[in-house]
Amino acid sequence: MRKRVVITGLGVVAPNGVGVTAFSEAIKNGVSGIAFFPELRDLNFSCQLGAKPHISEDKKREYLSELQLRNFNSSSILYGVIAGMDALKDAKIEPANPKEEPLWDLGIIFGSGTSGVEKFREAIYKIDDKNVRRLGSTSVAQTMTSGVSAYLGGLIGAGNTVTANSSACATGTEALLLGYDHIANGKAKYMLCGSTSDSGPYLWGGFDAMKVTTYKFNDAPNKVAGPMSAEASGFVPGSGAGAYFLESLESAQKRGATIYAEILGGAVNNGGQRGGGSMTAPNSAAVQKCIKDALVNANVTGDEIDYINGHLTATIKDPDEIENWSLALNRRGAEFPYINSLKGMVGHCLAASGSIEIVSAMLQLQEDFIFPNVNCENLHPEIDALIASEKIPRQLRKSTLQTIAKASFGFGDVNACVIFKKI
Amino acid sequence: MTSKEIYERLEPIIINYLPEDVAPKEVNKSSDLTRELNINSAHLVDIVLDIEDVFNIEFKNEDMEQLRSIDDAILLIQQKISV
Repeated sequence: MRKRVVITGLGVVAPNGVGVTAFSEAIKNGVSGIAFFPELRDLNFSCQLGAKPHISEDKKREYLSELQLRNFNSSSILYGVIAGMDALKDAKIEPANPKEEPLWDLGIIFGSGTSGVEKFREAIYKIDDKNVRRLGSTSVAQTMTSGVSAYLGGLIGAGNTVTANSSACATGTEALLLGYDHIANGKAKYMLCGSTSDSGPYLWGGFDAMKVTTYKFNDAPNKVAGPMSAEASGFVPGSGAGAYFLESLESAQKRGATIYAEILGGAVNNGGQRGGGSMTAPNSAAVQKCIKDALVNANVTGDEIDYINGHLTATIKDPDEIENWSLALNRRGAEFPYINSLKGMVGHCLAASGSIEIVSAMLQLQEDFIFPNVNCENLHPEIDALIASEKIPRQLRKSTLQTIAKASFGFGDVNACVIFKKI
Repeated sequence: MTSKEIYERLEPIIINYLPEDVAPKEVNKSSDLTRELNINSAHLVDIVLDIEDVFNIEFKNEDMEQLRSIDDAILLIQQKISV
């Protein structure tokens, strides 16, 4: 008998708000975390905009010791640690006492795309300078993909599975589903899941070179054409982390924990880079199958979905995504559920996009609102032809949501879709 | 440089790497770095790099193998400085 799984803690480090309270306020008010970075201009980037969470030196010291911060240069680990520890605290779970055994029943699946690219850059300069011995002891832990889960594991004293998944922009949503399975199958009592992504030119550069970012708004960071808009011309690279604490419904009720939502189920698949899919573009049949499989796994019909938290990156693929949702749910026009995308406010947070967006979805479910899909005055005509315009709120909307869907898609033709329900 | 002078410059380096449950006052010349002060052995390489910067010397792999206590470090530093 599979256990029912719920979310009882959230943490977020987003470009427009660090901490759940600040983030919730920001998304309700459509506050953008997108900014102009002179560094990117000086490096001849086409897109000189980015989105980066603001973390003060004092804030760092609330989470990491002076020793841990010595020679520390990994933004993704920093964001992941803050979001992860906040989610644990929100769930009112204490780390293991340093003198006692690990928490055998608490596991971590916290993914990333890269880890500590700036630290890696430091290391490469030293190695090329024939000075490998000067790397010290901190290079490996900060640049290994599992760096973030390893840091969290140590801070918490986690004794169950501690690992980092990696599936490009689907990482955060996949992490949630991996943790969900772990709890549902009785392999752990608690799972801390989420994802994180580095800030800065060494991660963002590759996307700039691919021309998937926008070069048109360098002088107007608050006016970047948002997801689903007719003028959408590419995304703004973002960064940050999102985290969620998972446990069984039974465990949450027993502890009297605050329940944000039940995870009804979900699906992860791959388009195989066939049927129009490639390293960088999705196979639409696979996307539709992933959504349909998620509905079946969650035991709900497409008609029950009240709201979709889209992947929707503000690229030419947005109309395809809407069409895929429409076909998979078999709903169109005024029958289509509400949909929005956070990327207009925080950019595309890449490996962290799924997790930050899931936190936004949980807050909407909890507080009965739909955040505005910003900078989308003119809806893309192909989207307008598929679904009713009012299904994409451009202003904050008070709305009671019950059953919602979240999907993320990523390079490698990966798809992940999860269904949540308020209980 | 006397061993006392070396120790005065060495002590603050060592203190940086103490785990949270070891107080700086527990550090003395005979302290074993990993066994008594409970310093993570991975940090020995960082301590050596800091020593190299402060004393303007360079440790070899063989030197690292001899480094167990603060006294060992003082001896190694004295040998390097006098070369």
